[in-house]
This record gives sequence, structure tokens and C-alpha cells, in this order.
Amino acid sequence: MTINALNQNGFQREQMPCLTKMERMIVAMQDPDMGMKMRNQRLLITVIPHAMTGIDIVEWLIQKYSICEEEALHLGNLLVKFGYIYPLREPRNLCLKPDESPYRFQTPYYWTTTCWPATELDYAIYLAKKNIRKQGELIEYEKESYNALHKRINHTWDFVVMQAREQLRASKQRRKADRIVLECQEQAYWLVNRPPPGVMNVLEQGPERKNNLNTRVQLNAEFYKKEIEQNRRGIGRNRVKSSICLESFVKFCEQYQAHDPIMQGSLPSNPWITDDIMFWNMNSDTVAMPTKLRVERWSFSFMELLNDPLGRKELLRYLEKEFSAENLCFWQACEDVRHGETSKIPEKVDEVYKQFLAPGASRWVNIDSKTMEKTLEGIKRPHRFVLDDAQLHIYFLMKKDSYPRYLKSDLYKNLLAKAIVPQETKKSVFPFMRRQRHSSPSPALVPSGGEDDGKAKSSGAAPTKINSSS
Amino acid sequence: MGEMEQLRKEAESLKDEITAARKAVNDASLQDTVSGTAVVGRVQLKTRKTLRGHLAKIYAMHWSTDSKLCVSASQDGKLIVWDSHTTNKVNAIPLKSSWVMTCAYAPSGNMVACGGLDNMCSIYNLKAKDGNVKVMRELAAHTGYLSCCRFLSDSEIITSSGDCTCVLWDIETGTQKTVFAGHLGDCMSLAVSPDFKTFISGACDSTAKLWDIREGQCRQTFGGHESDINAIAFFPNGNAVITGSDDATCKLYDLRADQELITYQDSSIMCGVTSIAPSLSGRLILAGYDDFNCNIWDSLKSERVGVLAGHDNRVSCIGVTADGMACCTGSWDSFLKIWN
Repeated sequence: MTINALNQNGFQREQMPCLTKMERMIVAMQDPDMGMKMRNQRLLITVIPHAMTGIDIVEWLIQKYSICEEEALHLGNLLVKFGYIYPLREPRNLCLKPDESPYRFQTPYYWTTTCWPATELDYAIYLAKKNIRKQGELIEYEKESYNALHKRINHTWDFVVMQAREQLRASKQRRKADRIVLECQEQAYWLVNRPPPGVMNVLEQGPERKNNLNTRVQLNAEFYKKEIEQNRRGIGRNRVKSSICLESFVKFCEQYQAHDPIMQGSLPSNPWITDDIMFWNMNSDTVAMPTKLRVERWSFSFMELLNDPLGRKELLRYLEKEFSAENLCFWQACEDVRHGETSKIPEKVDEVYKQFLAPGASRWVNIDSKTMEKTLEGIKRPHRFVLDDAQLHIYFLMKKDSYPRYLKSDLYKNLLAKAIVPQETKKSVFPFMRRQRHSSPSPALVPSGGEDDGKAKSSGAAPTKINSSS
Repeated sequence: MGEMEQLRKEAESLKDEITAARKAVNDASLQDTVSGTAVVGRVQLKTRKTLRGHLAKIYAMHWSTDSKLCVSASQDGKLIVWDSHTTNKVNAIPLKSSWVMTCAYAPSGNMVACGGLDNMCSIYNLKAKDGNVKVMRELAAHTGYLSCCRFLSDSEIITSSGDCTCVLWDIETGTQKTVFAGHLGDCMSLAVSPDFKTFISGACDSTAKLWDIREGQCRQTFGGHESDINAIAFFPNGNAVITGSDDATCKLYDLRADQELITYQDSSIMCGVTSIAPSLSGRLILAGYDDFNCNIWDSLKSERVGVLAGHDNRVSCIGVTADGMACCTGSWDSFLKIWN
């Protein structure tokens, strides 16, 4: 699935780039000069060469990459989980213990990136060897797998047993220390490739999805006819200059920056950091007095005003003074039709007609005759989008006329003046809390001088008011 | 055969004309336009919460519009609705099929949906009167796996599938309203525009398409990627689309200029993008990659300004809350982390 996906022997094996990084690390660890100090480790009565302790690994990582102990432990754990280092004591527990526990490097033969298929046959041979070597050495899940494999690949079982015997015989001719090492390596390999139940399979690829280019879509004459039609429409479209588009992005980002909590923090405080939910309370839909940022945002675009329930309420108040409230009510009724239950559409459309469109209706909306005609015709067979044209007309009417006037009105200006600028939460003293109270000491952008006091104070002050209680 | 060859040639020549028209309006370089913009410093986000509870890989997550609740889907066969602030599990919904690849939260907060290799989109009602979460609808008609789904409202949902089509469903009746066909490869991901009138889909044919929901037609097609598009999202102003692909790049396509304007790539990044999400202002783009990390890009300067490192396996999904407060990453290591 990534650009390096290999299609070997009919199945895809993903080259995880992190595996190559891990391997580079492993190679560095084994460097004769700068690598790890290795010694012989005693395992029961046998001496295993080229082993190291868990604490050595952690310390080497700390030193080499200038990281803290927690990170080194995390990294080391990953190396063990992916099978590059395996423990000699408690081999089934693939984790790094920062103590005197002995570990060894896995031989490159068994590295995951060699893309060994780890087939059922191989696993069967491995289990058979274990079974033959010492009866009863197989654990529960291994026994189950063994039996399942015996059933599944019964036709090659003779081969399996024969291979197992051969390999055992060959290994008997080795020195005991080497034999134990090989057994450990093989065991570690299979622990990664066939993890016991309950342990997460780090190598599992997830559901395979095949790229079925062209197998489901026929490139025939009809397809090309559609393409031609679409391309013809595409040629005729109006394209805006890229310079204008890019400018608009710059402006948009600038305008919304103060409202982007990740970039500039938030007042009174970010609930994720301080566990104080005041921010959400102050910005809920039904609050009595909105925050200044929120009221300012209504001036960015008409949609911002309409999307905020509080904004709509304020707009309605203004329109009522101007005796054009029916426009907003109509718009909302159309939204309800467009997003509401399908079965209720006919009755809703009927309501809308009676209230807003019928001649002499109590809240008649002023739509141009062409749109009105089209809408009235469409209402005879009501569907979800039948009021779209009328709604759009009223939307633009409000946007061009009522909206700008609302922004200049006393109603809006007074609200803006009265709107709350929350005080930054005084950091209460919780000495036992270990988490750092502030978001990154480097907020993404340093605010420019003339900003609202509240905001500048918070972003400027945050890094210095350290109340870390770790 | 002669006729088809002619048609193909005609389609090609029209396509060339479109390319020329696009080039004609491409009159600005990104560097010049943003030269006056202030630089974003290094962005360091910290993990504020870790949501533990899944037992296998997490494939998808989606925030609720209230910015506190979120739903996640994992291959352990569970859909979990979290109160992410308290890290409590509000609902743990067992699924019929454990091969789930996507999940979605309805804007109203009343329903969640999921789907995957079962080729179906299952809708669950969270607010049933008796308190139990049950399957409300099973939308079955796709002939391929369900890669993504998004609610338009409590009555309609759009799904994208490995059968190369996207479908608009009526939830009440459980029927297909519109089929959006045109992609040449598996549709991997979709996103709905802020005004709910259009949506975009990214597919394995390396293109992204903008569809008109009402007309059922493809309005625009964007190419340029060299491999599958895995993730797609709207830029917050609704005028641009950002995509993440297996070719290790992310791209920004402007809908009005009808072309790609910015590419986010780095020679040191060689693995595919799995997920993408913009911050509230659009200035930062967070993208999850196959190499267990999430990169934070300055969307205007096209530079990497931060990294979210902390997962032990691939970052499969990412989402920013509606209020822009925090971002959540879900990973194959079975954890969800909330950052800001």
C-alpha cells in the first residue's frame, strides 16, 4: 500500500520504513567501537556469549540519541516487540526490563524485513520440533495451533515430521551453547510472527485491499462519451486566478488565527490542559452573554452568523425591528426541509407554502417572479431540494442587505461592547498534579502588539507563568 | 473499434484543453504570495489524554460536533463512544463484523455509523428510549468494502466504497438515493463541504472528485498524485481540498482555480499518508503517516513545523474538534491520544 509495497509470491508485504530505521539502530548498537558492551551471560548453567543487560540497552540509547530515560525505554521496547532484540530470561514476555535481565540481538536471518513468508509449513515444523524434543513442552495455544495445522496440512505431515527430525539431528551436532542460542532465536522469531492470544500482532497488515483499477469500470464507448461530456463542461467553467486564490487563503488564515486554539491558545483556558470546562460553558449555545471573540466572528461572513444559534437569535431580533424577520424564518424553514426526515417533507413544504409563499400569506417573502413560479410548480411534487432556489434567493437578499446593516447597527455594536473577554484562569494550586499546565512553551505565533488585551495577555504570559507541579 | 478510439482521442484532447485553461490562470507562485506572511514557530503539541480500551488496531475515529464526544472503531469488533475529556466510555457497541474500516458521528449526536469489509453501512441509534444502543439500519448495496461514511443529517448519509462508487442513502427507508460513479479505483475517503451541498472523494485512481449532492454529478476532478489518495478533507473556508496520498505527499487543490496550488512534501518522508485534518484556521495541517508519526505542516509556507510522536504503530486516523481545541489521533497500537 505504500510506495514500496512489494508484491512477492502473490501477497503484499509492506515495507514499513520504521523497520529500516530500527535496523539502522540495531546495526549501530553492534558497532565494535561505539556499540554496546557485550559480555557472556549465564543462563542457568550455560554461558551465552554476546549478550547484554536491559539496563545497558537503555543507557546506550540515552547516550547515543540524547534522550530521556522514558523515551529510551519506549524505543527499546519497540526493538524488542518487533523482534530485533530478545530476552533470554522469560522469553515469552517481549518487553524491555531496565535491569540486569539478559538480552541478545536477533540474527539478521530472522529480521522482519527479509520478508520471510513465515508460512504454515515453517510454523508446523517449528512446533513439531518442540514437540519431539520434549513432550509436553508446547503451551496451550501452541498445542491448539499444532492440532489445527495437523488437520489443515495433513497431506504434508510426513514431510513436516521428517524435516523436524532432520533439523533436530543437525542441531544435536552443535555445541550446547550454540544450540541454545539457535533455539532462542527461533523462538523469538515465532513469538513475533505468531503471537500468543491476547498479545497484539505487531506485524499484522490489516485487511488487504486490492487496487482494482479498471476491473470494475469498463473503459468502453459509453465511458468515453461521459468523459467527453464532463470535459466539455469543464472547459467552459470560470477559473479564478491562482494568485487571488492564494491571497484569499492568506487572508482567511490571518483572520481566523485568533480563533484557532491550537495556534493561539484560548481564554479563559484550554479545558484539555487545565481540566477546567469554563471555556465550554462560556461558549455554549444558550449562554446569556457571549464572548467577544464569538461576536467578532459573526462579522467574518454571513454563514458564521447563521451557523451560530445565538447569532441567529440576535439577527432575528434585529430583523424584527426592521419588519423583515420573515426572511430568516423562511430560510430556517427551508433548512429544516433540506435536512429533516424524508417522510415529513411533503407536510413541511406545505406549511412553508401556507406561511411564506401563498398569496396573502401571513409572512410572505419577497421572491422574484421567476423563482416564485418555478418553486410553486415544484411544490406540486415536493422533494428535499424543492425550496432550494427560493432559499438561495432569500439568502442572498439577507446577505447583501440585512447582514451589512446589522453589523453597522447599534444592536450589534452594543453587544460587541458588552461581550465578555474572559479572564485567564488563575492557575489553582494542585501540587500533586504531574501534568504540565501549559501547552507548548512556544505558541505557534507571537501575537502582534495591538491585539485585544485579553488575548495578548494570555499568549504572552503563558510561557513565563510556570506553575509546574511535577 | 474505430469509434471508441475516436471517442478516446476526443476525450484526451478536451482534457488537454482543460489543462491549458488551468495553466492560464496559474499566475502566482506560492513563495511570492506568502512572502509577507509571518512564520509559524515550532509547534509542539502534547498528549493531554490517552483513551485506552480497544484491544486491537483502531481504524477510524470521528469527533462529534460538540467537540467532547467522539467515536472510534477498532478491529476488536467494537465501536466505542468516548467522553474524551473525562476519558469515560459512554457506549461500547459490539459489532456484527469485526472488520470495520470507518465510523462516523451524526451532526445531531443522535447516531453513529460504521462499516468495512462487510460491504454494509450500519447505523446505530444512540438515543433509543430504552437506553440500549441498537442497529437502526443496515445499508447494503455496495459490492465492495466500505471505506468511509459521513452523515449529512439524521436522514441522509454518504458512503464511499471499494467498488469505486459513492452513494447517498436515505436512512429512514434504507435505500440508495444517488450513486456517484466515475472513479476508476477504490474510493478510499470522503468529506462533506461546510454548506452540505457538495462532497469530495479521494480514490485509488489517484484523483479527487468534487460531487454535487443534489445533481448527482461530478463537478470537478483533480489529479496530480502518483498513488492512492487515502485521506481527504475540506479546507475550513470550503474553497479548497486537502488530500493525503500513498505517494508520501499532501496536496491542496483550490476549487475556484480548479487546480493544485500547494504540495506538502519532504525528501525525508517516504511513507504514505493515512489521514489528514486541518486546524480551525487552516494554517496548520495535521497529517498521519505510515511511519508511526503525525506531521504538522504550515499550510501556507508548505513547511513542516511539528511532529506528534507517541504512537507505537501506524497512525490510522486523525481529527480536529469543531471548536479547534484539540486533535485526536487513533493508531494501530490500539490507543487514541488527544493533543494540543
